[in-house]
Amino acid sequence: MDANTLYCSLELVAGSGHTLNSEQRAALQTSLVILRKNYKFKRVLFWGKIMGLKEDYFIAQGRGEDELKDRTSLYSFNCIDWLQLPPATDALINHVTTAAKGRFIGDPSFVYDHDPQQRPGTEKQAEEVMAAKVTEEMRLAVTVHLIDEEVSVVPRGAFVKRPHGLVQLNPSFSGLSESEAIKLDNYLHFSEPKNLKKKSILELGELNPAIDFLDVLSDDIPKGSWSLQLECAGRVCVLRSLLWLGLTFYHVPMTQQHGYIYMGYGNKNLDLPFML
Amino acid sequence: MEDPAAKVKALLLKSSSESQLSLYDHLVQVLMKVIDEETHNAVDVFEDLSHHVKQCSLEERQSVLKDFPQPTPAELLAEQQRLLFVCTDDADQEEDLVEMALPNVSELRFFLEQAGVGLGREEMQRICLALKQLVDSEALLCCRLWGKILGTRSSYIVAEAECREGLEEEEQSAESTLEQEERHDDTKEKHVNEKDPLPQTNFKPPPVVPKEAIGTGANKFVYYVCNEPGLPWAKLPLVSPAQITAARHIRKFFTGRLDTPIVSYPPFPGNETNYLRAQIARISAGTQASPQGFYQMVEEEGDEEDEVLRDSYEVNPDFEGIPTAEMSESLSTWVHHVQHILQQGRCTWVNLATKAGDDSNEEEGDEREEAENEPEPEVGPSLLTPVSQDAEMFNSPPWSTKLSSRLTPQHAVAVLHSNLWPGAVTYACGKKFDNIYMGWGLKYVGEGHSPALPPLPQKEFPSGPEISEAVDPSVEEEQALEEALEEQEAAQEATEESDEDQEEDD
Repeated sequence: MDANTLYCSLELVAGSGHTLNSEQRAALQTSLVILRKNYKFKRVLFWGKIMGLKEDYFIAQGRGEDELKDRTSLYSFNCIDWLQLPPATDALINHVTTAAKGRFIGDPSFVYDHDPQQRPGTEKQAEEVMAAKVTEEMRLAVTVHLIDEEVSVVPRGAFVKRPHGLVQLNPSFSGLSESEAIKLDNYLHFSEPKNLKKKSILELGELNPAIDFLDVLSDDIPKGSWSLQLECAGRVCVLRSLLWLGLTFYHVPMTQQHGYIYMGYGNKNLDLPFML
Repeated sequence: MEDPAAKVKALLLKSSSESQLSLYDHLVQVLMKVIDEETHNAVDVFEDLSHHVKQCSLEERQSVLKDFPQPTPAELLAEQQRLLFVCTDDADQEEDLVEMALPNVSELRFFLEQAGVGLGREEMQRICLALKQLVDSEALLCCRLWGKILGTRSSYIVAEAECREGLEEEEQSAESTLEQEERHDDTKEKHVNEKDPLPQTNFKPPPVVPKEAIGTGANKFVYYVCNEPGLPWAKLPLVSPAQITAARHIRKFFTGRLDTPIVSYPPFPGNETNYLRAQIARISAGTQASPQGFYQMVEEEGDEEDEVLRDSYEVNPDFEGIPTAEMSESLSTWVHHVQHILQQGRCTWVNLATKAGDDSNEEEGDEREEAENEPEPEVGPSLLTPVSQDAEMFNSPPWSTKLSSRLTPQHAVAVLHSNLWPGAVTYACGKKFDNIYMGWGLKYVGEGHSPALPPLPQKEFPSGPEISEAVDPSVEEEQALEEALEEQEAAQEATEESDEDQEEDD
């Protein structure tokens, strides 16, 4: 969620049960402003909190010219000193997802033991795997990237694709109407679209290419992996992901306010099909 | 000579064949809008402005009849929540009871926010008023906010209460009438079958573990739930051990509607109401903790049997409070104050074998058999054991402690998070403490939940010669066999006679 509106948006997502205490909020207000200046971000967001066994990680994200591609994530323990996370490449993602299991510890230099018995391949492969260790910092970067990739949400119309291909905030977005806000069709994934090309020409004809360049939430498999509710006396529309438990998206209909935050343990809910 | 400017103006004034608008008028309106509103960066959003002006003009031309606006869900809820804010006049009567029964939710909200848990200021205030409504309507002895369980369509706000003694009797009589009705149905069925008796099976289902009575064990408190503060509270029924053991094997999300059936394997005996109650019982037993010394065991006078678990505790009036620094460092300063639920599904163990053997108590032989086959009593940790003695699961400690503030530790709150039930939080500050649960109602299962597999199908009786059918021989075959036998006998007699003749000759 945007750093400028942090103090009121935290109240709107508090329905999930997690908030920040007053000390952390005050620290964030100060440090995010400094962060934006130092890194020359166009916009800085408070991304969320990943809870570890010993310490919690606070994650912030800065956005550049292109909101979809220029994303930089940073982490901190005390909301004052921020450290940059390494960018998540495909090789890193594969490496981390095989090695890292269990809860986050809270120590960025913690090394996950990779079980050599899992790979009965050649000796060379085993050596390569043993050589590159997986630290918790790498795991954190990959987790943040995966959550953004799979479950970050924006309302339809909030972001536009400019003629040069840049994705930016739409200044004339006035919010979804009350009836639109309760339909899952009007929410889009904020990541590179995968299903757009599979749509038929008839469906593509109805879409507006400036706004509908992202995947719709209602195409997610399994159906029912999003929970849509009206909270705060029915004024705020809240979306919760059941795939990554802890991701909460809020939008106040007929206003420009929207945002998402992740407050959880950083583990993907692979049991989802059993639980629906 | 025509003025080129007039020509251009005439072109602009030409009204469109489709929409009766002219470009001139439209441009005038758009420019007026820009001037009136002093739009920032108007050239970038010019198309949107134009679109907006067109939309506005269309709306004005609609017919005089307007749609009756449907009440939005927000409006409906607001009507119901308005009742929360109505002040009752007869507050003088039971003021004392009400003051004790209602928790101080504002204080709770402050401490929980320091711990990083909370529902937002206005929401907690509405919950406080809804609890007050509950206490007034049900006349409860004491009431506590237990927490919030999130669901896919709607969430539950759960309140824990101790009810009056009169209500307990009503509950028990209601339960027993239900059971009597079930027995009546069974006997009716038996009457029908007596005329045409079907073969009875020898199968006896394993004995059902009986429920615990209200006020003891897992049913110590009564729970009420509602979807939103302001909506009517629903009372949850008592929990049975069968439901607890089934809930241990399944993993399901709550939907928010109490009558949703739970479709799972192993089959859950009940619907979402019972599943919710079972999860609440498990979470309470596993995660409710208090600072050591806050509660003390009730000292009972007279003989105490060794096996009787002491399950009553009272507030210790001499509790001084443990410094928060110490509480956030060591786990032994926190103790469980809710009884552990045994494998059986109850807090106090019940020996099922004695119940089955009631009829044959007179014979000595059977008694000896019972003594040999008697199952071992299950024993759980006793009440008020420190949290540091909990078993580790999945290579991670079952509890994490934190201090709420680094910069001002002298005023900080000690926080205990449970790692087995993510979302269960306890805070302690001086002499105050409380527990709350905010989560999905699911236990931490490490890597992944492996659902119980259905049992293997029963094997057929092994086929052998004694049960395999043989085709009965037909009449012709029997006759042929008889003739063959007769020939054999005749041949045998003939050979015997010839043998005898030979012997006689010799």
